[in-house]
Amino acid sequence: MTLTFTLNGRKMSQEISPDESLLSVLRRCGCYSVRSGCDTSNCGICTVWVDGHAILSCSYPAPRAEGRSVTTMEGVRDEAQDLMTFLAEEGADQCGFCSPGFIMSVLAMLRELKDPTVDEMEQYLSGNLCRCTGYNSQHRAIVKLLEKRRDEHHV
Amino acid sequence: MAGSLQEAYELLLKSRQSRILAGGMWLRLGSTPISHAIDLSRLGLDTIQKTEDCLEIGAMVTLRQLECDVLTREAFSGILPTSVQSIVGTQFRSTATLGGSVYARFGFSDPVCALLSLRARVVFYKAGEMDLETYLASPPVRDILTCVRIPLSSQAASYQSLRHTRTDFPVLNLSLSRDEQGLHTLSVGARPMKAMRCREAESCLDCGDTEGALQAVRQLPYGTNMRAGAEYRQEIASVLLERALEEMKA
Ligand SMILES: Cc1cc2nc3c(=O)[nH]c(=O)nc-3n(C[C@H](O)[C@H](O)[C@H](O)COP(=O)(O)OP(=O)(O)OC[C@H]3O[C@@H](n4cnc5c(N)ncnc54)[C@H](O)[C@@H]3O)c2cc1C
Ligand code: FES
Ligand code: FES
Repeated sequence: MTLTFTLNGRKMSQEISPDESLLSVLRRCGCYSVRSGCDTSNCGICTVWVDGHAILSCSYPAPRAEGRSVTTMEGVRDEAQDLMTFLAEEGADQCGFCSPGFIMSVLAMLRELKDPTVDEMEQYLSGNLCRCTGYNSQHRAIVKLLEKRRDEHHV
Repeated sequence: MAGSLQEAYELLLKSRQSRILAGGMWLRLGSTPISHAIDLSRLGLDTIQKTEDCLEIGAMVTLRQLECDVLTREAFSGILPTSVQSIVGTQFRSTATLGGSVYARFGFSDPVCALLSLRARVVFYKAGEMDLETYLASPPVRDILTCVRIPLSSQAASYQSLRHTRTDFPVLNLSLSRDEQGLHTLSVGARPMKAMRCREAESCLDCGDTEGALQAVRQLPYGTNMRAGAEYRQEIASVLLERALEEMKA
């Protein structure tokens, strides 16, 4: 079957199998930021957005993306720049395997919550597992990003 | 992608290997071959509405909608959002549905435990409306769950669960509600068997006998699995009930 959808702002048509996951289609389209970790909806590594909502692409049936807008890390590079810098500075980008999924979740959170508390942040991001950092450095990076955004807002 | 409930139902009956596809999060982990996956996502079953006497939640409402919607946040002391907020992660809850959780009636289910204490009713396309409690005890049903109806009679409620880590399956969950006449409904799930009501504890609570209720909740059948033993669950049940009562007092 043919899937017609918008990928990172560009209209696409792609031949897919009806039982394929969105993750596998996205990688075929060259979006290699989208990775498979657990493949059982547990780790958050495969996070992308469908119509602006963060979802797990390993468990999202590809045919359901028909007519929808899908965004991967490749489509939000500019928006992610500050966060990537803070993640690197805080030592929160170690093996880096979880980073694209984590970044997509953080950006989704910031679109939804604007200025989250630490509790809200931990709650929102609890579905993104990381086997290297122990999470504290990731949280420090987000706090720095929020501070920067607040400063920019006040200027 | 089904165009109507009738079409979905006909497809479901067509083959024993047809399955309704809701969020698909659980379905894809199974090993049963599926001939037709019947997608309900474009049938308008994803709304939450308040009627005169109940809150009606469509089967395709996601757990995330349940968590964020103003109606579910305001009703029943907010226990529906509380019950789902430890399930895996935000992205997961954006896709997993209430219908998938209720239809599958997993023993560990957080929302099923909460709904049972709110005396929810389930509505099937062919079989019509029935008590959630009746559905939980019934043999497998080959039908389409369209919505869940929750009477607005509960005045106060509390949902409690114990987990080894924040997003793990629950070791035990417990949900308590009190209606306008002061009558209690108590359910305990992840025992690890399906959630069930504890009528003896409910009667004790109705007469203000807290000690009796704490004893009674320990008498439910509990089992052992990789998360905890039966005796541990028995102890935890009364702890969770105490916490629920504290929260409702506050
Ligand atoms: C890794 C993982 C961890 C989880 N942890 C928890 C947890 O801690 N607590 C908890 O409560 N739950 C947990 N769950 C369960 C989860 O919340 C959902 O209940 C589950 O994914 C089913 O919802 P779904 O929308 O994905 O349904 P699907 O997987 O699409 O469907 C599940 C079953 O229900 C049938 N079905 C679905 N909708 C209907 C309908 N409307 N009518 C008739 N049949 C229908 C399907 O055919 C299928 O048999 C977990 C699931 C996973 C995969
Ligand atoms: S690969 Fe999708 S959640 Fe782990
Ligand atoms: S940095 Fe290695 S898994 Fe997160």
